[in-house]
Amino acid sequence: MRFLRALGRLWLVPVVLVAWEAATRLAEDIFFPPPTTIAARMHEMWFSGPAERLWLTDAALENIPTSVGRLFAGWLLAGVIGVVLGVMLGRSALLSRFIDPLVQFGRAIPPPALLPFFLALFSVGAQMQIATIVFGIVWPILLNSSDGARHVDRQHLETSTVFGLSRSQRLFWVILPSAMPKIFAGLRLSLSLALILMVISELVGSVNGIGFQLLDAQRSYDLPGVWGTIVVLGVLGYLLNSVFLVAERRVLSWHRGANRTT
Amino acid sequence: MLEISNLTHVYGGGPGAHHALGGIDLKVAQGELVCIVGPSGCGKSTLLRSIAGLLRPTGGTVTLGGKPVERTPDDLAVVFQDYSRSLFPWMSVGDNVALPLRRKGMDRPRRREAATEALEQVGLAGAAGKYPWQLSGGMQQRVSIARALAYRPALMLMDEPFGSVDAQTREDLEDLTLRVRSHHDMTILLITHDIDESVYVGDRVVVLSKAPATVAGDLRVDLPGPRDQITTRENPAFVHLRAEVGRLVRGMRNDPAVSS
Repeated sequence: MRFLRALGRLWLVPVVLVAWEAATRLAEDIFFPPPTTIAARMHEMWFSGPAERLWLTDAALENIPTSVGRLFAGWLLAGVIGVVLGVMLGRSALLSRFIDPLVQFGRAIPPPALLPFFLALFSVGAQMQIATIVFGIVWPILLNSSDGARHVDRQHLETSTVFGLSRSQRLFWVILPSAMPKIFAGLRLSLSLALILMVISELVGSVNGIGFQLLDAQRSYDLPGVWGTIVVLGVLGYLLNSVFLVAERRVLSWHRGANRTT
Repeated sequence: MLEISNLTHVYGGGPGAHHALGGIDLKVAQGELVCIVGPSGCGKSTLLRSIAGLLRPTGGTVTLGGKPVERTPDDLAVVFQDYSRSLFPWMSVGDNVALPLRRKGMDRPRRREAATEALEQVGLAGAAGKYPWQLSGGMQQRVSIARALAYRPALMLMDEPFGSVDAQTREDLEDLTLRVRSHHDMTILLITHDIDESVYVGDRVVVLSKAPATVAGDLRVDLPGPRDQITTRENPAFVHLRAEVGRLVRGMRNDPAVSS
């Protein structure tokens, strides 16, 4: 049954692929290669390696893990900074009053605009790319965490006061769990932003990574290569989001349950 | 054990200030179950919050066991009306009950044991692994009561604890309160707007006047125990007392001399 239902949901995918194939074959436009050509190029670029390396080529092994590594490093760093700062801002009205204008200013800056600055500060390399990712994606996490920490139910806080919870118990057992749905919303948003910024930072100054490969393919007029890289980015984004949703569903099962019944 | 003298509280200031408490004097002895009734909006919750140390009254003093209440006292537990906002939905029922026991320096197995015992006392022996939102309203309020019991407070405050459950569950919970109370040597202060409930559950009923609240009447409930939902409620003494309390709540001061 489940299989049939999944099939029912996915039927449009092959239809679109076949239509795309037919249209591009008819049009014979160099900018729009048929999907089969793109797939062949993708296979050649990444999956034609030796079997003992799971058929991955040197290019795949060099670029994909590098990019994903930067993405995760930036995301984790932004997660830690965003949650810590956000919870502090959410729980302290005084701090919030002083820092909030800075936060509003910071998040208004389009992150790519800071690329020249980060390039000068860190020069080309992972540091500069991670800095760009962190700066670009920390805001949704920070703002959501601070919102979540600010709006803890008053009765939950009074309950912790009455039962004498210490400050750290209150933080870890009441405030953080209560803010968790918001924190996860911020983390999810910033995960997709992280992919975007990863590509942008690699387009500007990099010697490897998926973004660099995209630029390389474009420079050598390898349009199937460009399309193939775009497909890989799309698949990567889809996978990241799916894995995140599974994790979220586990961590926030109480939230879904509590909201279904009340 | 609990002494309140000339307690006043004013919300806000200036001409728009709301005088919630207008000088309340009250003494509660060890082991007593005192019900506080009053018209809605009369400041019952303000009184409870002052005793719990959740609110700093503008005047007067509250002393618990000889010590003035400034912050929440160590040996005090509260059962709030809104169980769904008082229990933590991200923790299992057992963890909810066991969480406050960390402060008592109990290790994990002992905390769990105490939680299981308290849940057994409220008739929820098998529910420790469930989440609060998987239980009915009445069962959730039982969990709140179990949490307060496991904490072993000297004073238990109950703020309209049965206000959001149906009539049948309400009666069950009233009897549960009487039962656990005879088990533990606990002093209970129960706030309610239900006159019948106050007479049925209490050893004493303290009636508050409209805001700014003062003590309008203080009646001793001398009903034969153990109390029973049917026979106690048809006892002439019960009928008489509840009429008495009803008049006091409505502000008809006919005979406050009944107070003991």
